[in-house]
Amino acid sequence: MIRVATLYPDLLGTYGDGGNALVLVERARRRGFDAELLEILVDDQLVSADVFLLGGGEDGPQRQAADLLRDSPLREVYESGAHVVAVCAGLQILGTTFVIEGDHQYEGLGLVDVKTTRGAKRSVGELAVSVDDEILVGFENHGGESHLGKDVEPLGAVLRGRGNDGRVDGFRAARLWATYAHGPVLAMNPWFADVVLASVLQRELAVLPSVADQLHAQRLRALGL
Amino acid sequence: MVLRKGQPPPPVGPFAISKVVSVEMMPGAITFRDRVAVGSVRLVNLLSRRLGRGAGTVAGGRVGLHVSPKLLAHLARSRTVVLVSGTNGKTTTAAMVSAGWGGEVALNQTGSNMTEGHLAAMVESSSPHVVLEVDEKWLENVVAATQPRAVILLNLSRDQLDRSNEVRAIAEQWRQMWATSDGTDERTVVIANVNDPLVVYAAECAPHVRWCDVETTWLADAASCPKCTRALHFSPLGWTCECGFTRPTATTTQRGEHLVINGNASTLRLALPGTFNAANAAMALTALDALEVPIDQAQVRVSRLANVAGRFSQRHWRGHELRLTLAKNPAGFSAMLNTVQEFPGELWIAINARVADGRDPSWLYDVPFESLRGRRVYCFGDRRLDLATRLDLAGVEFELSSEDSPPPPTGPVTVLANYTAFQDWLERSSK
Ligand SMILES: [Zn+2]
Repeated sequence: MIRVATLYPDLLGTYGDGGNALVLVERARRRGFDAELLEILVDDQLVSADVFLLGGGEDGPQRQAADLLRDSPLREVYESGAHVVAVCAGLQILGTTFVIEGDHQYEGLGLVDVKTTRGAKRSVGELAVSVDDEILVGFENHGGESHLGKDVEPLGAVLRGRGNDGRVDGFRAARLWATYAHGPVLAMNPWFADVVLASVLQRELAVLPSVADQLHAQRLRALGL
Repeated sequence: MVLRKGQPPPPVGPFAISKVVSVEMMPGAITFRDRVAVGSVRLVNLLSRRLGRGAGTVAGGRVGLHVSPKLLAHLARSRTVVLVSGTNGKTTTAAMVSAGWGGEVALNQTGSNMTEGHLAAMVESSSPHVVLEVDEKWLENVVAATQPRAVILLNLSRDQLDRSNEVRAIAEQWRQMWATSDGTDERTVVIANVNDPLVVYAAECAPHVRWCDVETTWLADAASCPKCTRALHFSPLGWTCECGFTRPTATTTQRGEHLVINGNASTLRLALPGTFNAANAAMALTALDALEVPIDQAQVRVSRLANVAGRFSQRHWRGHELRLTLAKNPAGFSAMLNTVQEFPGELWIAINARVADGRDPSWLYDVPFESLRGRRVYCFGDRRLDLATRLDLAGVEFELSSEDSPPPPTGPVTVLANYTAFQDWLERSSK
């Protein structure tokens, strides 16, 4: 039985980010594993789960989510073995500081040594990132520029769009992935969903064909990749 | 996400009209320059229609504005103007206000809801009654220019986020318009939906507000308080926040067909389907009531309205009988899914992600497609694979299809399409 939890979808769910939790649960179930989908709302206590998902959100909600998470046991839960997948505002929150609401700097969760400053302009459009042997495709819409600490590994190299800074996108650590590709990035990239799922289930997974494979191939073609 | 507060998103129109239509009013009669401008709008729009370049409303407006930048303000002088804005239901509600008013009304019915479209409508008809649907981002400018008697604020929800018009920024922009009161007429009555906290936030500083308690299903964008960002508490009786921000008391109430405006109860029997259309009608009629239009007759006229700009119209295509429906964003789609469930026959859903739709179809994951389980859906449009993936995850049976290889006719078909896909289907099919 795996438990997949979306964190504060009432604050961080601007771009259909709830889809990511759904993908993990569905792909686990179709392979015969029990999976449960949990939503942790603003007024809820953080319950234990195998993987936590953080979505995108506007300034006010992003600040509020960061405040809630700093006071929550998420860090301890992560350090004791839970997985985390964060997109967009969620990515910024996992870092040490981020800048929103004009030029106000806020404290993040500090799970990863990443600072987000204001970018020169908003990054809006298709995003493609080379991750190991695969290509992650998605859509980004953010105004941040994220700077990785020297020991932090990016998720991958940017092929289209901007990601953190035009060169690399997101970051990854053991049991943790973050990308600026918002919304249903795991739905568009079934291989990525399986990387997360394989780590959560601690086993190799058999191929699971679905229409999402056609979608991923079509997006690559549309981007000339 | 980073939202630049107090700074409206950049204009998406052909050029920055906000700079052209000045906020201050220019008193005085129609000038010679205006007459030349009006003539140019007519001529250019006529030419562009003749040349088959669309509905012919944008080009003329552009030329007119070039000749007389204050044309919109001048054309609105001594006319009674009603503006309709919000994420969903603008076109239909504007058509309802126009129909309910009766007689000739200047109305921008082509979906051209920025300044060029407003100019075209006001040049084409010299009626003293004007109804304009207004793009959310342009409302401030159009209010300043036209000094409306009534402004209907329907709802605010996420729509085309790749244009970064994040809904809270729009709510803030609307609020500032009344809070600073520069360029707003103190006689203006705002008709606002109390069940949408963002709309209440936007309207509460207006000098006169008619609060409407109309059926509103989409609240996902207002989960946190627009004032203090704490969580709002919703109950069947309304919503409230610890900071004191709470749902105002309404003078218009709509539940299903049951409508009460200022204590006068009546039954709404609309030719248009859907709960959201009943809510739109309630707000349209409240605006007309504020203008002292006799409401009983207005209601009869609104009830007869059967399709608006092709929406809900019956069409034919390759032996299929189609009913075309439009939904552009999660809130619109959620509402429309309930409505199409009542329509028998096949369901075709068409999704595009062109510029006018917003290039990011992530919003498909905010639509509760799970409600279609047990029904087979044919996926059309440029982004049918995105739709099919979403339906697959929702546990809905789907079939990939295309205009070139549609399924054979078996009975009535409901086509539910987003903006440019809807236009494609309207063009492709015939009456
Ligand atoms: Zn509050």
